Amino acid sequence: MFRYLVRRLLQMVLAFFGTTLIVYALMFAGQGDPIQALAGERPVSEAQRAYLTEKFHLDQTGVGGFFYRYVDYVGNLLRGDLGDSLTGRKISDMLAQAWPVTVKLAIIGLLVAILVGVTAGIIAGLRRGGIFDNATLALTLLVLGIPTIVLAPLAQYFLGVKLPLFPPTAGSEPSIYALLLPGIVLGSLSLATALRLTRTSVAENLRSDYVRTAKAKGLPIRRIVSVHVLRNSLIPVITFLGVELGNLMSGAIITEGVFNIPGVGFNLFRGIKTEDGPLVVGLVSVLVVVYLVSNLVVDVLYAVLDPRIRYE
Amino acid sequence: MSDQFGRQGAVATAAAGGDGGHLLEVRDLFVEFRTRDGVAKVINGVSYHLDAGETLAVLGESGSGKSVTAQAIMGILDMPPAVIPGGQILYRGTDLLKLPEEERRKVRGKQISMIFQDALSALNPVFPVGWQIGEMLRLREGLSRAQAKRRAIELMELVKIPAAKQRIGDYPHQFSGGMRQRVMIAMSLALDPAVLIADEPTTALDVTVQAQIMDLLGELRRDLDMAMILITHDLGVVADVADRIAVMYAGRIVEHADVHSLYEAPAHPYTKGLLESIPRLDHKGQRLTTIKGLPPNLMRIPSGCPFHPRCPYARQECVDVVPAVRSLGDGRTSACHLAQEVLDGRI
Amino acid sequence: MSELETVAAAEMSGGKADPAARPRSLAGDAWRDLRRNPIFWISLVLVLAVTAMAAFPGLFTSNDPHDCTLARQHAGPGGGAPFGYDFQGCDIYARSVFGARASLLVGAFSALVTGLIAITVGMLAGYFGRWIDAALSRVIDVVLGIPLLLAAIVMLKRISSDSPNVRIIAVIFVLSILGWTTAARVIRSSVISAKQQDYVAAARMLGAGNGRTMWRHILPNSLAPVIVVLTIALGSFIAAEATLSFLGIGLRAPTISWGIDIDAGRTHMRESAIPLVVPSTFLALTVLAFIMLGDAIRDAFDPKLR
Repeated sequence: MFRYLVRRLLQMVLAFFGTTLIVYALMFAGQGDPIQALAGERPVSEAQRAYLTEKFHLDQTGVGGFFYRYVDYVGNLLRGDLGDSLTGRKISDMLAQAWPVTVKLAIIGLLVAILVGVTAGIIAGLRRGGIFDNATLALTLLVLGIPTIVLAPLAQYFLGVKLPLFPPTAGSEPSIYALLLPGIVLGSLSLATALRLTRTSVAENLRSDYVRTAKAKGLPIRRIVSVHVLRNSLIPVITFLGVELGNLMSGAIITEGVFNIPGVGFNLFRGIKTEDGPLVVGLVSVLVVVYLVSNLVVDVLYAVLDPRIRYE
Repeated sequence: MSDQFGRQGAVATAAAGGDGGHLLEVRDLFVEFRTRDGVAKVINGVSYHLDAGETLAVLGESGSGKSVTAQAIMGILDMPPAVIPGGQILYRGTDLLKLPEEERRKVRGKQISMIFQDALSALNPVFPVGWQIGEMLRLREGLSRAQAKRRAIELMELVKIPAAKQRIGDYPHQFSGGMRQRVMIAMSLALDPAVLIADEPTTALDVTVQAQIMDLLGELRRDLDMAMILITHDLGVVADVADRIAVMYAGRIVEHADVHSLYEAPAHPYTKGLLESIPRLDHKGQRLTTIKGLPPNLMRIPSGCPFHPRCPYARQECVDVVPAVRSLGDGRTSACHLAQEVLDGRI
Repeated sequence: MSELETVAAAEMSGGKADPAARPRSLAGDAWRDLRRNPIFWISLVLVLAVTAMAAFPGLFTSNDPHDCTLARQHAGPGGGAPFGYDFQGCDIYARSVFGARASLLVGAFSALVTGLIAITVGMLAGYFGRWIDAALSRVIDVVLGIPLLLAAIVMLKRISSDSPNVRIIAVIFVLSILGWTTAARVIRSSVISAKQQDYVAAARMLGAGNGRTMWRHILPNSLAPVIVVLTIALGSFIAAEATLSFLGIGLRAPTISWGIDIDAGRTHMRESAIPLVVPSTFLALTVLAFIMLGDAIRDAFDPKLR
């Protein structure tokens, strides 16, 4: 277990530097005026130019200068100093304000995926080939096939505007109720994936040798399913949902943008639309770290759940 | 109902029953697998019996139906795709196939228990072995956690797992193959069954470990006074342990005899072929013969005697007529038109 | 969007177990199954329709999608425009028809490049094993660890050119270098299982070189799963392109993209929802068609999963 954790931690550190280096290189490599690249097409004032030059050490040139700037960027990132957005606000302040909303939204999405997806997946897996199974399979295919940029605006229009069941936009201090529809939209992909994963996993475990043993032990079917099969089937599902929480937090750009939810994704959405380079770099960096950490947490979770990994 | 088969009471039932008093008897059993590719007739009229305290070896190639018969006895076949169109499985005179599922379940483990070929996949990977043994005791006998744990350690000691107390919390993958099979055996003994079905218990193991497990099974059978069905494809394993042998081919019993008579003089060409394909020290220098051909496709079982395409003695009769099971005296039977000739060594 | 592939990969590897259990020709069986599957036919028809739309948009509409006048803002159906006009006064239907071209171009080329990268990496890793496998698997892990949308945002922010060709190539490039990992993993595992088959060992014993063995014996064996994964990936690449264009960092006007139109329709949906609904439907049906097609093919090759 310990060796496993250490190895995973080292891998994460490696992945952290690899990913941030890639993000950073993508940001600043190549020709052209890096400041204009950050600011996009909008005019850059002298003050902003000076700030960006100092902030990103753009006066240092060449490969050495690149790594110098990279180390500086990572150092700042680790210290939590993300600099200022082009609007002059501190990015860390914006993040502190947006974070709780995004977390709330992600948790709603995840709960939807668990309550509906996992439950339906278990039923479908137990009754493989039945009507319920085929119906859910077709439905999940539909959900998986409809991109969020279609689902979110249509849900907003039909369930928010046309048939006002939910508030169409969330506003600055969104209530849980206002976050419900966006949460369902956000969680629908995870729901469909979780459902299929659970179904496959349950059906596969039902056919395994240890189930035959459990039957030979004279255990009631209920117990075989609820203890033996579920305990094994849910390992991949739980790890998937763990990764998914990271995905939901970093992947809420479209949903938050469409529903005007003032979370991290919304700020990123606005940053992209207003071509606010520093804001985009800062938020993406943080989201990548969140994603990596959630992957690590999942690895630990995996080891806790599966003794075969724990005692490698 | 669960007391119906209590071990003392059962002797009386068996003695009083008008069914010849066998502990376990399979009568004219048929099993099919109905899949979307067609119907595979896996068991075609199998009958055998087992008396208290004896060991019956069921011998056959893979696909001969030996394991399926055992799983039918246990009631752990997946139905569908499996279907049992006919036959009886009598345990102490009661037809298990007619029992409601709930009663049937109580027979498993308590009256008849089973161990499987590959203990690694047969044990649940995510629970400690002690928990898996104790689970039966807690659920079936109502033991407390502490009691179940104590009894699990006893059982592990009974099957000679060293340091049982320390290893009770270990997971299946942490044991060696032989030790895993011992865990499996300990689990099958937890409820003190009257019949133990061992389905190729040593096939997945190293040769040295195989002998240890077979010795252990023999010893336990004697000490605990169980009856055992040993399913195997390996004639070499059988000789020391079994009292009687039933040879299966294409879902039928083709020969049935006590071990010594069968080894001395087989009464079916298939058995003869099997015996000739074992290397023997006293036949040094001779070539080993093998049975030519492959086991039949169970969706298209050959006409007449299913063994005829591979049989060196086959004649027209064997192609046309399904051989009946004929009695050769002393409880020996053979399903071959030429049984007597083969037995006498005339061909 | 990569979740589709996750599912595909998980279900793929779950079912790939024992080909020996199936006596008859796998491809023949698969075709027999496919022929009877209505989903296969529906998705095939949709795929063909959208392909025809991309190749010959003139067959589907006679209106010019760039012919916009504010005078026709949100005007109803008429003049060859069955769904009426959008906020800019453009023919909604014509724009959606012409939008197929960019989507399919991006989807198909991304899938192609992805396939090439994935086959190269997967074959090398699976066939040679040892340190090559270890190194390539690490690379796969790192790339897989990068969230696709975020990385695409960062990369595409660098492209300030508004030239349609530059932007299309940029989007294809970005999606390909971020999206090949799932396919590479599938290929790697199917190569590993093919390598252990007796006929491959026999071919090598008879003196077939590495290149020949890979090309003649292993690649054909791994083709079915690759086709499935790439078909599904094509669908998700189309979705990804639309998403990036929706955000304003993918394709840009004057290129016509469903993503751009959905974003525009969304802004004005309180006045009229049709400019939102029509391109949304085109996009959803196209993505669905590819995903269902891939799903149907996989089911056919993998009857155990049914």
